Amino acid sequence: MSSLLEVTDLHTSFFTDAGEVKAVNGISFFLDRGKVLGIVGESGSGKSVTAYSILQILAPTGRIVSGSVKLDGQELVGAGEKAMQDVRGNKISIIFQDPMTSLNPTYTIGHQLMEAIMLHTKRDKREAWDRAVEMLRLVNINEPEKRMRQYPFEQSGGMRQRIMIAMALACEPDILIADEPTTALDVTIQAQILELMQDLQRKLGMAIIMITHDLGVVAQMCDEIVVMYAGSYCERGTAEEIFYNPKHEYTKGLLRSIPTLDTMGRKLQPITGTPIDLLNLPEGCPFAPRCDAAMRICIRQAPASMDINEFHKASCWMNVKALAETEAALEDDGAADAAETPEGGDAK
Amino acid sequence: MSTETRPLVEIQHLKEYFPINTGFFKTTPLKAVDDVSFTINRGETLGLVGESGCGKTTVGRTILHLYKPTDGLVIYDGKPIETKEDLAEYRTKTTMVFQDPYSSLNPRMTVSDIIAEPLDVHKLYTDPKQREERVLELMDHVGLNSEHASRYAHEFSGGQRQRIGIARALAINPEFIVCDEPVSALDVSIQAQVINMFDELQDRFGLTYLFIAHDLLVVRHISDRIAVMYLGKMVELASSEEIYDHPLHPYTKSLISAVPIPDPKIARANRRISLQGDIPSPLNAPSGCPFRTRCPYATDACAASMPAFEEIESGHFVACHRVNEINT
Repeated sequence: MSSLLEVTDLHTSFFTDAGEVKAVNGISFFLDRGKVLGIVGESGSGKSVTAYSILQILAPTGRIVSGSVKLDGQELVGAGEKAMQDVRGNKISIIFQDPMTSLNPTYTIGHQLMEAIMLHTKRDKREAWDRAVEMLRLVNINEPEKRMRQYPFEQSGGMRQRIMIAMALACEPDILIADEPTTALDVTIQAQILELMQDLQRKLGMAIIMITHDLGVVAQMCDEIVVMYAGSYCERGTAEEIFYNPKHEYTKGLLRSIPTLDTMGRKLQPITGTPIDLLNLPEGCPFAPRCDAAMRICIRQAPASMDINEFHKASCWMNVKALAETEAALEDDGAADAAETPEGGDAK
Repeated sequence: MSTETRPLVEIQHLKEYFPINTGFFKTTPLKAVDDVSFTINRGETLGLVGESGCGKTTVGRTILHLYKPTDGLVIYDGKPIETKEDLAEYRTKTTMVFQDPYSSLNPRMTVSDIIAEPLDVHKLYTDPKQREERVLELMDHVGLNSEHASRYAHEFSGGQRQRIGIARALAINPEFIVCDEPVSALDVSIQAQVINMFDELQDRFGLTYLFIAHDLLVVRHISDRIAVMYLGKMVELASSEEIYDHPLHPYTKSLISAVPIPDPKIARANRRISLQGDIPSPLNAPSGCPFRTRCPYATDACAASMPAFEEIESGHFVACHRVNEINT
């Protein structure tokens, strides 16, 4: 069974005066119809660039260096601008972090919604108007006819994000990419927007890629999670696997460092050090300089992706170590698993 | 919490109105903070939460008299701040850490000059050598390397900049620090480092914090007591456990239920109390209880008058007309 979206070994770089910034370094994941995938990482981890690479809306200095993005079996990398225009908005839509700046202040809400609809479908002005009103109603905006004639500055932040969602969904895309959709919003408004997105996802059966740094949002929304650090992916798996059975030292550190319901009165365990400079990526694992468990191999060689189980992949040498230790304990069979990771011996 | 000692900071009926031009010759007061009273005990951390525009930052700034209060009184260590002399003395004991580590540090000054600025202002050294020693000592307190002293702020990451801001705040040996969203601009992994540092500094120097934030999990972690604000008014104040386990005000209830919990099983089982609509504009605040337009329990009485901020249980203050009916 092929997936709706398949990203394989994606590399995206920005070519700046200071040198090549490797923003995305070999990301692979797939997304099935009707699922919610979360991409989690800190600022500079390459999560937004991954999304922009899928839609090929990178800044002029950015370029997909290698890799493949397949939508419904159709290759998008190198497909040409014309083909991409058919994909953007129609098959894959995106909503951005800041609802204040992503709407044009000089046009009415209605104008902007109808523009998107008329560009992608064969509706005339009147039909586009009706469709726009219908979309506003879908995202729970009351008095949609009145809103159509208003300007963005007349709307609150939560309202603007609803309008962005309405615009993104107007052409019934298969995939909605939400780039930090609630970061700029207050907690109670965030709850409203997340609820709305879940509702619409169920109603329309679309898939969502949720890009965020908020592990709480991910826990609530996502079926699958990709954790990124410095452009590489640390691990990916189902939400349960990532939260309850993390297999990468960065994910473990991240989960330890956030305050939860039972950390009160206890010290948090932060990840030491500061984020890495993408201009000077180390040879080995990018997280190794901050990793408490780093071994010699971590500094020398970047770990390959390893299967933890059917639902879970991780790129961390610790798993090889753990595997080798289990191996030693078992001694006899299970040799097939060890054969999969030939570098396993170095890790010891 | 000791009850026999007097509070370090006592705020009485604090009001801060900003005049807003609403016509040619007309100004309307924007009631950013409207009749807020509370106390902060020595050595404790009081968390102040609320959504954007609720007046939490204004409360912090008005307490330090960065804004002159429209009305009301700040009593510090038993002494009301009224005259210029009071204020001058008050300023040697209180200070602030700002939200944005990018705009709160002067890009033209070196780190050592930034940290030493309060020392210069309050003339806390006699010769340059003493000044330098104090700067290095402060940098050591916040985990900065002494060789960073001659660098400029732009050479540092967000977390390190926030450390510089904290070192600057510690320069005058303060007793009371207003921390205005000190970790919200930082990445998750760096946030924990800075939160732990606030903890350690408090133990070491016996500091008292007013910790303003919108991230409720962070506030809960660091605070002894938490105050909740809505539209310029304080709606609830209690110990951290109380606020989370037994919130009494309907706004606090929905606020806490809206926090996404970083645990898939809990997050999915969580029954959110969703609020309808948006926060009203503070220029056009509803009559009576400010929350009544979004409150599922609102009655006519709520529109008629603002409920008093009363101690319902020991140490648990709530401003709600129907608190007893709702919570039975």
